[in-house]
Amino acid sequence: MKLIIAIIKPSKLDEVREALGHAGVQGMTVTEVKGYGRQKGHTEIYRGAEYTVDFLPKIRMEIAVDDPQAERVIETIRSVANTGQIGDGKIFVMPIEHAMRIRTGETDAQAL
Amino acid sequence: MKLKSPRAGALWWLTTAAALMSATAAHAEAASGIDAADTAWMISATALVLMMSIPGLALFYCGMVRKKNVLATMAQTLLCVCAGSILWAAACYSLTFSGDGALIGSLDHMFLSGIGMQTTSPLAKTIPELLFVAYQMTFAVITVALVAGSVVDRMRFSAFVCFAVLWLPIVYVPIAHWVWGNGWLMNAGVLDFAGGTVVHLNAGVAGLIGALVLGRRSGYGSENLSPFDLSLAVIGTGLLWVGWFGFNGGSALGAGSRAVFAIVATHLAASAGALTWMALEWWSRGKPSVLGMISGAVAGLGTITPASGFVLPWHGIVIGIIAGAVCFWACTALKRAFGYDDSLDVFGVHGVGGAIGTLLTGVFATAAVSAGAASGLIEGHSAQVPIQLLGIVATVAWSGGATFVLLKLIGLFVPLRVGKEQEFEGLDLSQHGEALQ
Repeated sequence: MKLIIAIIKPSKLDEVREALGHAGVQGMTVTEVKGYGRQKGHTEIYRGAEYTVDFLPKIRMEIAVDDPQAERVIETIRSVANTGQIGDGKIFVMPIEHAMRIRTGETDAQAL
Repeated sequence: MKLKSPRAGALWWLTTAAALMSATAAHAEAASGIDAADTAWMISATALVLMMSIPGLALFYCGMVRKKNVLATMAQTLLCVCAGSILWAAACYSLTFSGDGALIGSLDHMFLSGIGMQTTSPLAKTIPELLFVAYQMTFAVITVALVAGSVVDRMRFSAFVCFAVLWLPIVYVPIAHWVWGNGWLMNAGVLDFAGGTVVHLNAGVAGLIGALVLGRRSGYGSENLSPFDLSLAVIGTGLLWVGWFGFNGGSALGAGSRAVFAIVATHLAASAGALTWMALEWWSRGKPSVLGMISGAVAGLGTITPASGFVLPWHGIVIGIIAGAVCFWACTALKRAFGYDDSLDVFGVHGVGGAIGTLLTGVFATAAVSAGAASGLIEGHSAQVPIQLLGIVATVAWSGGATFVLLKLIGLFVPLRVGKEQEFEGLDLSQHGEALQ
């Protein structure tokens, strides 16, 4: 089992969610985060006081998949979340040791 | 007269009795000089000015501070209204507006004694004196609340309470008495319709002193101190702007054309001030900010305040433009040059605006508006401007000096600033045990 963590632009969330739905993904966890990579921040000015804001809003998606699905999910996210501009984000893949569905007690692949 | 039924007869007697009784009551009010129209307007004006403090100023200020200090900033405004109101009723009204001492009033009306249903003040002959008390009270409390803007994010609440309860009687009361309560500045001919000196210059200078004595906020100039939610500040501005119709319009102390002239000049000055600041920012920074627009509006409002009941509507536009430009410079270039942390620009907007407005009153005062009472440079009377200058200098001197001494004195008993950790944690948590989620 793999935990796929994708940091993407907020504007791409709906598209990615829909595409993943078509790819067979039945659930995910999404959080609003701040971050930066090569994309620089912006400047805000308040009555002459200038502030450089480095952090930009991003969306973090976590999707738990069985090993055979991982490749397809990764490729879906990469192609849909891609705008060609700096700041599109990154995808990380981590191994999952155990998984369990709370309601039924099913484990591992049955829980995903 | 033939009546159709006993019921009609009863109705006839009832109506006659009512007519007789109201005639008696009206006669009693007429004897005291109280005018119903003036009273109705002034009650409304009093409510409008109170609204300027709560929630107008509270929102205007709290929107501009950081999230961790929003509640604390509102607490300061609330405290000023509550404590100030009690003090005003207790002794401050009397010391400001009774008697005719050159420097201070008397205690004749301490605890509002002697003020009954028919009493009027010689300064406001057509409204109940208690209404005059209430109206002036709203001015007093908002002035104290304004000062807080310079010391946000770092003043200890206990020290602020001490400051508020002492600043009102020691700094506000004398100046208000000098300019409005038959004191020496009023007798010298200083014109201040609604508080250019008493409220705005006074608060601005006191705020600057507070900013200098307390020192800069931690992280000023290096960290991101950006506003929590400017939409709150915009809402606050709207409430202030509408409330100002009562602030300046009500200073006519009556319902008539003078109030209308004051209101229109006020409104045009706010509009012109907002547009001017917006234009300057657009030109100098490339983008017109909303904060700039509301700052320009408030600058216009504060600057027109002393002049509002003395000038023509189009003067309001000119004064508004000047206010927007000069206050813009004061809040950016001047502040940067000297490096003081007047956090919410009380000095830059109210202090500078109040001073300029007071001076310009001497320029634009038009005899027709004040029924011949005041005439300025624009009508060939050059003597008014130096008199206005006297008012400005006296206000700056007393406000600056007394505020400095007061702060230093309070500082001997309770630290003015919060500790470094508390400042970092935020005043909401450290001073009030509360937090916005």
